[in-house]
Amino acid sequence: MTALPGRRRSTPASRRVRRVLGRVGLYACVLLLVSPAILVFLWMLSLSLKNEADNTAFPPVFIPNPPTLNNFADVFRKNDFLQYTLNSIIVSFGATGAALLVGVPAGYGIAKARATRAALLILIARITPGLSYLIPLFLLFQWLELTGTLLPIVITHLVITVPIVVYIMIGFFEGLPPELEEAALVDGATIWQAFRFVALPLARPGITVATILGFIFSWNNFIFGIVLAGRETRTLPVAVYNVLTFEQVSWGPLAAAALLVTLPVLLLTLLMQKEIVAGLTAGGVKGG
Amino acid sequence: MSTTVSVGARTAATAARRRNYARQYWPFIVPAGAVVFAVILFPWLFTLFMSVHDWHIGGERTFVGLRNYARMLGDERFGWALLRTLYFTALSVILPMVLGVAAAVVFHRSFPGRGLARTLFIMPMMATPVAVALVWTMMFHPQLGVLNYLLTSMGLPPSAWVYESGTVIPTLVMVETWQWTPLVMLIVLGGLASLPTDPYEAAMLDGASMAQVFRHVTLPLVWPFIMVAAVIRGIDALKAFDTIFVISNGGPGTASETLNILLYLQAFSFYDMGYASAIVAVFFVLILLVTMLLLHFRQRDALS
Repeated sequence: MTALPGRRRSTPASRRVRRVLGRVGLYACVLLLVSPAILVFLWMLSLSLKNEADNTAFPPVFIPNPPTLNNFADVFRKNDFLQYTLNSIIVSFGATGAALLVGVPAGYGIAKARATRAALLILIARITPGLSYLIPLFLLFQWLELTGTLLPIVITHLVITVPIVVYIMIGFFEGLPPELEEAALVDGATIWQAFRFVALPLARPGITVATILGFIFSWNNFIFGIVLAGRETRTLPVAVYNVLTFEQVSWGPLAAAALLVTLPVLLLTLLMQKEIVAGLTAGGVKGG
Repeated sequence: MSTTVSVGARTAATAARRRNYARQYWPFIVPAGAVVFAVILFPWLFTLFMSVHDWHIGGERTFVGLRNYARMLGDERFGWALLRTLYFTALSVILPMVLGVAAAVVFHRSFPGRGLARTLFIMPMMATPVAVALVWTMMFHPQLGVLNYLLTSMGLPPSAWVYESGTVIPTLVMVETWQWTPLVMLIVLGGLASLPTDPYEAAMLDGASMAQVFRHVTLPLVWPFIMVAAVIRGIDALKAFDTIFVISNGGPGTASETLNILLYLQAFSFYDMGYASAIVAVFFVLILLVTMLLLHFRQRDALS
């Protein structure tokens, strides 16, 4: 596109200056946007690597000197941190696995049958506050004498994972070209076979996205665990809040524990950022 | 947008065939349907049932009709919690919306390192809320917290943050904004990426400035996505729990006690399940209303 006659005409040199200035401005904006995010995590890291004297010093000590791993050792020595980690792994994998088992076929069925009303139900699950599921389910689990086991926590986490999986899979199956399955059906395959051997292998990227997001939001969930978990069945977010309560424990171990809880999620986000961004953009999903 | 075929044009035979075709796929949906019924619909029906009973854990259950709902009308604590929730929600929608749209415009430009910058930017929404809330709590400490150190070293007066009733909600909104601006950014960024390029070329040929292009071309085109982000933000802000529970636990006093926190107390500290269930029902209606209000704005703007 050429500049219109009579409008500002720029020499190549001034245009280059303007482009450089634009670049600098853009990077300044990016830095401004990203720094609050980075600084909080860096402060978390800093707190976790300092001894108690430095953590409560005023003015604050920013760079740990020398850095110490004592806080992390403390977390494992003074608590059943391994037990809580195991609980979290069981709950998140269990809830995500079960959600995939029922949610992937459901996403396929809803996409194929264009059952928009079924999709609406999923939306209602997205709107409802997590606590409102908890009151009846809490009573139900008490009545069934299931409290004190991990099963109620896995079951309630389905409230988070099933809508995420179904919602993402509907979008994904709708985007697949229908010709391949139609060809399979013409060749005499049942609709189950068409799903199992044609659509499912093609849907693997969608399943990956659904798995990651289901896992992360289940891992992060706090509200279900705080109500349902007993001493032995705490998940990590509950443990970090409950066991290492603010008043009793010094800042270093608390920051170290917080960092350990959220580290798997941060690493997943860094490694799978493309899939995560695609999934979140599609659904705006978040559970609880 | 889906293309709609006029229903009248269809013959009854094709409609029936279409129904049969759809019915084939029911077995795929049934297992998930059963799960959704058990963990989502059943709790809902049961909540409505409980809300018309006087029901304390360990006590007798007696039918009281709408008395729990009537009690809410006279409950000052509930009224304040409702107002606080609306105040918190209004701020927690507006701030992330403004910042999120601005961030989306920045991240829509292509520049080296964009992928990494975007990943770092979305970290706050992916991180475990309880973990970051604990770090914020340490930063808010009035004497030893790093935030007051930064304020005073810039020559500003220190703040009481979450330790004073006047500042606690704005402080919690700050954390909420920090955490959820990325979701707004992602949804709007998705909208920007889907825009056609023709209007831009036309505007550039007409010699429009960057600001004019944004105001008259980009904003109207991306508006539906902005409204979707606002609806989602509104719902999430109403439901906010983790951050408030961990950082201020409704305090000091009841200065940050939102509906969700009150609900938690009624159900799991006072074990007053009947009253808590009635609050849940009202809370859900409130969320529906806010959602519909925001969707209404979307429709009105689309018409004008």
